[in-house]
Amino acid sequence: MTESSKRLTFPASEDAIRELRAGDEVLVDGHIIGIRDRTQIRIFDQGVEPPLDLNGAFLLHTAPGVRKVGEGRYEKVCIGTTTSARMVRFTEPLGRDHGVRAICGKGGLPDEAIEPMRKYGMVYFAIVGGAAALETTQIEEIEEVYWEELMPECLWKFRVKDFGPLTVGIDAHGNSLFHDVQTQAQEKLKELFARL
Amino acid sequence: MTTITTTDLAAAVEDAAAYLYVWALKDIPQDLRDALADAATKETSVPGQRVLQTILKNVQIADNDKNLVCQDTGIAVYTCRVGEHFPLHPTRIYAALKTGTERATIEHPLRSNAVHTITRENTGPNTGYRLPIVHWEFIPDWDGLDVKCVPKGSGSENMSFLKMCIPADGVKGIKQFVLESIVGAGGKPCPPGIVGVGIGGSADYAMYLAKEAIARPIGTRNPDPHVAKLEDELFELLNETGIGPMGLGGDVTVLQCHIEHADTHMTLNPVAVNYQCWAARRATAHVAADGEVEYDREF
Repeated sequence: MTESSKRLTFPASEDAIRELRAGDEVLVDGHIIGIRDRTQIRIFDQGVEPPLDLNGAFLLHTAPGVRKVGEGRYEKVCIGTTTSARMVRFTEPLGRDHGVRAICGKGGLPDEAIEPMRKYGMVYFAIVGGAAALETTQIEEIEEVYWEELMPECLWKFRVKDFGPLTVGIDAHGNSLFHDVQTQAQEKLKELFARL
Repeated sequence: MTTITTTDLAAAVEDAAAYLYVWALKDIPQDLRDALADAATKETSVPGQRVLQTILKNVQIADNDKNLVCQDTGIAVYTCRVGEHFPLHPTRIYAALKTGTERATIEHPLRSNAVHTITRENTGPNTGYRLPIVHWEFIPDWDGLDVKCVPKGSGSENMSFLKMCIPADGVKGIKQFVLESIVGAGGKPCPPGIVGVGIGGSADYAMYLAKEAIARPIGTRNPDPHVAKLEDELFELLNETGIGPMGLGGDVTVLQCHIEHADTHMTLNPVAVNYQCWAARRATAHVAADGEVEYDREF
């Protein structure tokens, strides 16, 4: 954590989310929800209502490594984050229909996420992909597990402390670091191709 | 040579596979640690530096907590160099690698990733139909077995690209395709990692070679000077793209570019790109004909 990092507790309000700007470093406390491809296919493509309230939620793109310790009870083994881009089409309904405030994953979301995030007051947090040993230490407990039959792509409720460092990749004001980096890189490619 | 039963030797290979899979996931190789530390000295962007410092901290925590570096236990990919006189047939070697992978997954436990490709139902302990994947090489006048385990994460594997360039595209076409592939991949494959490139052969063989390339120790160079020159040139060009660590912008986009090649048809110029994330996990063992296993013998 650096002096410039911001802190947020989830669930969070729209106002708190709109204060963030692309490039900000953030640490998160509170409760976050683990979600992945099959979980969202079930909610949006198969029309199954999620078994918990997602209002104000922080969603983490994950399928954790866990050890079963009892009926519906799991302890963490290694919890990390997956590539977000595969799940971009769920951004709009997550904000519009469920009041989700933050989506966290690695690798960024394509530009089609920018407008729904601006419209509904959401952000995308970029985590460091692959840094799961660290992430595991920041997850205090797996509090709830729903849809165990989708293991490991269940709906997970984690309690976290000092979760991060996260970088605001897309803010609620139409800015995307990924869009900017990609635009600059495409320009650079033209220059590199001319030199070949 | 000691006379032993193949059951003992199969057990030795099985034990080696079980050990290699977990070891690879927890303890990344020294050449990779050095490359990541070096990247942190070069990176000047703020988010890029944040990413690299977090990566270095993560590797340290994995060491201290004896935990996996990354939660994605991948698909188990093995490379086997089998001596002509190694007294266990490859069919038994394959069975032992499969059982070893299963044992590691259950005993640790490791997350099980393997699913049927149509039904998407989980097939069990990281094995299944045609899983694990094994690359074979057969060595004349030798009685040993080398095994390399490369658990391959999906974030980077999803960033695989093939183009059937034409001969008139030449080396320039190869460079352009690798550059546009890596820029297009952005942060998705967890950069900075190893760009594996396979050139020549056929469509399928080029991709096979690209996978061989990512499994090499970092910074090793192709023995063919034409190919080694291309490795150097692409490494420099890729780090000029500005994609940076985790695609957040910066100076270090790749740790290395490795190329494997094969001679090809006069009409063909295939280029395959296979990306390996920064957590470029790799572990090796040598199994002697008497069943003795020696770990960390790189090949």
